[in-house]
Amino acid sequence: MKYVTSLVTSVALAGIAFATSVSASTLEEVQNRGELRCGVSGGVPGFSAPNDAGKMVGIDAAVCDAVAAAVLGDASKVTYIPLNAKERFTALSSGEIDVLSRNTTHTLTREASLGLNFTYYNYIDGQGFMVMKDAGISSALELDGASICVQAGTTTELNMADYFRNNNMDYTPVGYETSTQTREGFEGGACDVLTSDKSQLAALSTEMADPSSILILPETISKEPLGPVVAQGDDQWMDIVAFTLYALINAEELGVTSANIDDLVANPGNPSVGRLVGAEGDTGEKLGLAADWSYQVIKQVGNYGEIYEATVEPIGIPRAGSVNDLWTRGGILYAPPIR
Amino acid sequence: MSKTKIPFYRNPKIRSLFVQFFVLSLVSFLILSIYQTTVSNLIERGIQTSTSFFDDVAPFKIGFSPFLDFDLGKTTYIEVFYIGILNTILIAILGIIASTILGFIVGIVRLSPNWLASKCALVYIEVFRNVPLLLQIMFWNFAVFLATLPPPKKSIEFGFLYLNSRGLHTPIPYVEDELRFNFWIFILLMTVVGCIFLSKWAKKSFEHTGVKRPVFFYNFLIFTILATLSYLALGGPLEFDIPVLGKFNFKGGGQLPLPLFSLWFALTIYTSAFIAENVRAGISSVSTGQLEAANSIGLNRTQTINMIVIPQAMRVIIPPTISQFLNLTKNSSLAVAVGYEEIVAVWAGISLNQTGQAVIIIAMTIIVYECMSLFTSFILNMYNRKVQITER
Repeated sequence: MKYVTSLVTSVALAGIAFATSVSASTLEEVQNRGELRCGVSGGVPGFSAPNDAGKMVGIDAAVCDAVAAAVLGDASKVTYIPLNAKERFTALSSGEIDVLSRNTTHTLTREASLGLNFTYYNYIDGQGFMVMKDAGISSALELDGASICVQAGTTTELNMADYFRNNNMDYTPVGYETSTQTREGFEGGACDVLTSDKSQLAALSTEMADPSSILILPETISKEPLGPVVAQGDDQWMDIVAFTLYALINAEELGVTSANIDDLVANPGNPSVGRLVGAEGDTGEKLGLAADWSYQVIKQVGNYGEIYEATVEPIGIPRAGSVNDLWTRGGILYAPPIR
Repeated sequence: MSKTKIPFYRNPKIRSLFVQFFVLSLVSFLILSIYQTTVSNLIERGIQTSTSFFDDVAPFKIGFSPFLDFDLGKTTYIEVFYIGILNTILIAILGIIASTILGFIVGIVRLSPNWLASKCALVYIEVFRNVPLLLQIMFWNFAVFLATLPPPKKSIEFGFLYLNSRGLHTPIPYVEDELRFNFWIFILLMTVVGCIFLSKWAKKSFEHTGVKRPVFFYNFLIFTILATLSYLALGGPLEFDIPVLGKFNFKGGGQLPLPLFSLWFALTIYTSAFIAENVRAGISSVSTGQLEAANSIGLNRTQTINMIVIPQAMRVIIPPTISQFLNLTKNSSLAVAVGYEEIVAVWAGISLNQTGQAVIIIAMTIIVYECMSLFTSFILNMYNRKVQITER
């Protein structure tokens, strides 16, 4: 009878545990935990991939670092959780990660039906096609009948279907689980074409045996605004992630870098700069963060331009004049003011 | 002597009923609370759950769908589900057949008196049984087949068969003239009926006279000759769709895509190593006394194997082999690594990601595997009951 009693007790306890899954705010949870759990792809150079020292680097990983700097005051307190395309949303809505920063495209279905909130964009991308140079193809409209390697379960797959349907062309998809596998399949000849966001095509080509043998076709067939995502239901947390990203962009616009920020704190000059670096105003208090949150972000991670130069430029995607340049320089990168 | 009444709590029947009722209500309570927690969490997190997406048009394409036509822009999600199930069944059947044949061969070679042959089988079993399957699938696909097979324009040709890095392209027959085709099928059926009569007669004659005739061989010969002659006499009721090299790959004909082939190959090799061990165990379980008895009544080696060893060995071989078949079916879900479009890839993968209906989709996938496994073991258990010792 003893073990029956213990069984009853444990079941009852389990029931109580189910019933009392009342969540503290994400901010409190992260601060109590002392680290930020951030979902990344973990395998796309320029966005998030381990460097030689084993540290996750890239423009997506930098967003994680920036949020950790804002919330915890230390950009190194991040646990990167590599996720594939299939796992990412479940990981976020189940609370396994605090932020998803994994080249994720903002779409209506995702926003409205998955319990997610997209904050803002850290990279604006578009889908393209990559072929072997010796295939003698110069336009995506010549791809009728091709086999195409694609990462299964992405918006890429949908855009491709739309594009081919729209142009009355036929194709055979070869869907792999990870982008690394799509590259291996493409290099091995499992398909004629590899399709993905253009930034990823550039990143994948750097990993190929002979990067000069491939050609990225000129067409861009979709809009892919990529940015960090948070779970629905915690507006404060959403504001924090969004304004961390805004701070990075505003810093570049106002000429604040990790190198000159200490001087600017002492002598801001422009009041906008003063508010951004925390010398004026109480932006931290409004977000529920320390007063120097934005200072820590910029000091430790750098501004958007510095991040881009360190992460995306090396994979061969120049920024000047592209959509990812600042609005003041012909791009569309535009952030609301920090005030 | 007065009859003492036993108190109800000491009555074993009532006690066992009570315990069963108690356990049942515990389990029901657990299931109910899991269900309620799931529902309330989904609502709390703003995740919409419904099955209305079943009839929505699937906004992506499935490349390999030999049984249902995939029509981009018309095919719905629920049809994608069916395609996934059919593709899983296809790989399961192919894998079960091939791994059984290969497993029996390796298992028998393993027991061969030839030292070299036996040790080769041992190495085969130990290598393939002990390397994780996912690794093997990726190895065969990426490191062996993709690395060695040529691109479509340099395909290896065997007559009208073409092998390249996209797979094997074969001619497929199609019916040109319905009337002649049906007539041909009728002749084939009649031949089969004739063959059955022949076997029955041979069996009777064997029971009467003890003369054994190679009936299987005769039947095979008769069927092949009649089928060929009638096919020619009818002027070839079938036409063949022959693959033709297009701009990127072969068009027309049938295709065995490389992902299917790699997966099939890896699953077969892996599972056959386990089946070989079952076969070895089964054969070893037949006691030497049986063999000696067979020798003493003058059966030759083939007769001993066919009539004494195999029927007794099967009793031991079948039950663990059933679970290998179930494992093979479930292992086919690793296909996503090489891009074969079975249920986990297209339903629990692509469809889940595009619709976000995780709970419904995963539940349906679980049910599909559950049904397939139960069905497989149901069929095989019937066969198992047939070969087990029947006591008279």
